[in-house]
Amino acid sequence: MTLLEATDLRRHYKVRAGRGPFGAKATLRAVDGVSLKIEAGRTLGLVGESGCGKSTTGKLVLGLIAATAGTVRYAGNDMPPTGSAAWRALRPRMQMVYQDPLGALDRRLPVGVQIMEPLAIHGQASPAERRERAAEVMTAVGLQRHQFDRYPHELSGGQRQRVVLARALMTEPDLLVCDEPISALDVSIQAQVVNLLLDLQDRLGIAYLFISHDLRVVRQVSHEVAVMYLGRIVEQGEAESLFAQPTHPYTRALVSAIPVLGPRRERLLLQGDPPNPVDVPSGCAFHTRCPFAVATCRAEAPVLQPTADGRQVACHRADEPALQVAA
Amino acid sequence: MGVPLVEIAGLTVDFGNDWRSRAVDGVDLAIAPGEALGVVGESGSGKSVTWLAALGLLPARARVGGSVRLEGQQLVGAPARLLESVRGKRIAMIFQDPSSCLNPVHRIGRQLGEALKLHRGLSGAAGEAETLRLLDQVGIADAKRRLSDYPHQLSGGLNQRVMIAMALAGQPDLLVADEPTTALDATIQAQILALLAGIRRDTGMALVLISHDLGVVAENVSRVAVMYAGRLVEEGLGQDLFDAPRHPYTQGLLAALPTLTGPRRRLAAIPGTVPEPGKAPAGCSFAPRCPLAEPRCMSEPPASRRVGLLHRAACHLQIEPGFSAGALPRAAE
Ligand SMILES: Nc1ncnc2c1ncn2[C@@H]1O[C@H](COP(=O)(O)OP(=O)(O)OP(=O)(O)O)[C@@H](O)[C@H]1O
Ligand SMILES: Nc1ncnc2c1ncn2[C@@H]1O[C@H](COP(=O)(O)OP(=O)(O)OP(=O)(O)O)[C@@H](O)[C@H]1O
Ligand SMILES: [Mg+2]
Ligand SMILES: [Mg+2]
Repeated sequence: MTLLEATDLRRHYKVRAGRGPFGAKATLRAVDGVSLKIEAGRTLGLVGESGCGKSTTGKLVLGLIAATAGTVRYAGNDMPPTGSAAWRALRPRMQMVYQDPLGALDRRLPVGVQIMEPLAIHGQASPAERRERAAEVMTAVGLQRHQFDRYPHELSGGQRQRVVLARALMTEPDLLVCDEPISALDVSIQAQVVNLLLDLQDRLGIAYLFISHDLRVVRQVSHEVAVMYLGRIVEQGEAESLFAQPTHPYTRALVSAIPVLGPRRERLLLQGDPPNPVDVPSGCAFHTRCPFAVATCRAEAPVLQPTADGRQVACHRADEPALQVAA
Repeated sequence: MGVPLVEIAGLTVDFGNDWRSRAVDGVDLAIAPGEALGVVGESGSGKSVTWLAALGLLPARARVGGSVRLEGQQLVGAPARLLESVRGKRIAMIFQDPSSCLNPVHRIGRQLGEALKLHRGLSGAAGEAETLRLLDQVGIADAKRRLSDYPHQLSGGLNQRVMIAMALAGQPDLLVADEPTTALDATIQAQILALLAGIRRDTGMALVLISHDLGVVAENVSRVAVMYAGRLVEEGLGQDLFDAPRHPYTQGLLAALPTLTGPRRRLAAIPGTVPEPGKAPAGCSFAPRCPLAEPRCMSEPPASRRVGLLHRAACHLQIEPGFSAGALPRAAE
């Protein structure tokens, strides 16, 4: 069953192009035509350049911010308008793990109270049951009971991150958008959390939109992976094969840049400056940094198209054998 | 090592009254001028608190013991004036959470400008030019427009790069980078790490790189320290330590890393958790989770021993290189 289906989502921000109060206005296309589908009980990994619109996409699909254009369907129905009673009724079913834990937590409240909050807001369970459940979830993510009464600034970075995750798991949602949920965890606790998320998926059929820069973990948890660049998806496909054989030049550069413990592998280094989201390059937005760009790339924007091996790739040269050799 | 730039000796930090729940429990660490040291370890093991303590940034109720010397000058218990002259200028820190460093109500241009004024006396046009140069250097496109953005208008990785620019603003002798690239994709991460390496080459800046990303650490520092429950459990040159870890905790950590190729298997987390405060054994704090623990591990704290060239481990057992406690069959998770 398709749990979530987003079609042609866009989120544009009006920003000042120049300095000062009279600076000209410009449009920043944070998300610019993203379509994605998540089946119940499955995981879509979302990776891409810093600032390419992953967090914005995550918030858009949950209706936490309003879209400039595009539609979201949840469990077969249109997503109710942000803030409406129907939307609020859905909230316990779909949760978000925010990227910046300290920013997502209230500094004035003990973390235990904040972990119980989703149950309290939605009037679920008695206070004693909430406490019991919070203790369970805290243990599952590797926190300790005595940390219940701590304030956010009294915890380490990774402990705070687990508080935010515990809070999102309290209602046993159907859909969880995880925005960098493991970036502050050592690899052993990371493994514990990843195993937990996979077990919960097995047991409860939770679907995840898993946003992360840690490509090893993304590979581990995802069924499908989508790669974003400047507000759009440029490649999507099955997790193992995407990392084994990335097709889009940006994906290749990304995968080749993963730091390794052993001897370094050959790296595809990107030339040129990172792009300006207010002044997106013509044609393929990646052409300014792409080692394989040709005239067509500067003129025409490629659309996502299926390749021979079942991948979706937005690149004019994706199917050229010469390119495969060059990599 | 010649004369250290920073020398930490017997550093302890207590937040409560029970010595068995120390956040930092006797850390000894020296950093030579221009050196790059990596710090890895358990979440909550005291990596951040060690450096917050060194810079006098912990809340008043934290009790700090031991010593931290910067070119011989004691920083623990030093007067506020001295610490202010050290922070940002001699030792700069890139903080782990953007929200604890960037002020949400000020534009980032202003925040960077203030750092430049404070540490380098730059203001006006010179200040603005340097602000732009710093933002450009950390790979922020369209730096001019970004000056008037507030932190909430930036992505996680943009904020992280603003913090890096801010830390570089003071041209410090030592940069303590606490998880500096967690919000960056691999390509920009590589670019930032190359930038730091370049600055180190040009200016001789020393670097403490705290990170959970073992690949990042392996590729960017020469020496690595591993922390567990407030203590340093292993220390050595990067390649030696990653190729042949000698402490069972380090071995377990390496065994938990997901692979990039091959079939996906269930990940091997180290079973159990750190002891609750007050329940830590008198001996090695890893003993309750250690697959090799012997009775004395519970009662006697292991001293740090030399196990190879510039390689030390705090473990009673003589673990041979190549042997991995992480590969032992373990109890169900
Ligand atoms: N409220 C806002 N006002 C103006 N611009 C915004 C706002 N929120 C986000 N942006 C811009 O939208 C773009 C996408 O941001 P987003 O946070 O979605 O990126 P991201 O892919 O999550 O990046 P990261 O990996 O660094 O977290 C960025 O250029 C960001 O500055
Ligand atoms: N203000 C405080 N009050 C009480 N305990 C604290 C405070 N700050 C930190 N701690 C505790 O001190 C211990 C060490 O914290 P620290 O932040 O140094 O961990 P860390 O090694 O940096 O972990 P991470 O990798 O998760 O960031 C943790 O158990 C933490 O909960
Ligand atoms: Mg983000
Ligand atoms: Mg920390």
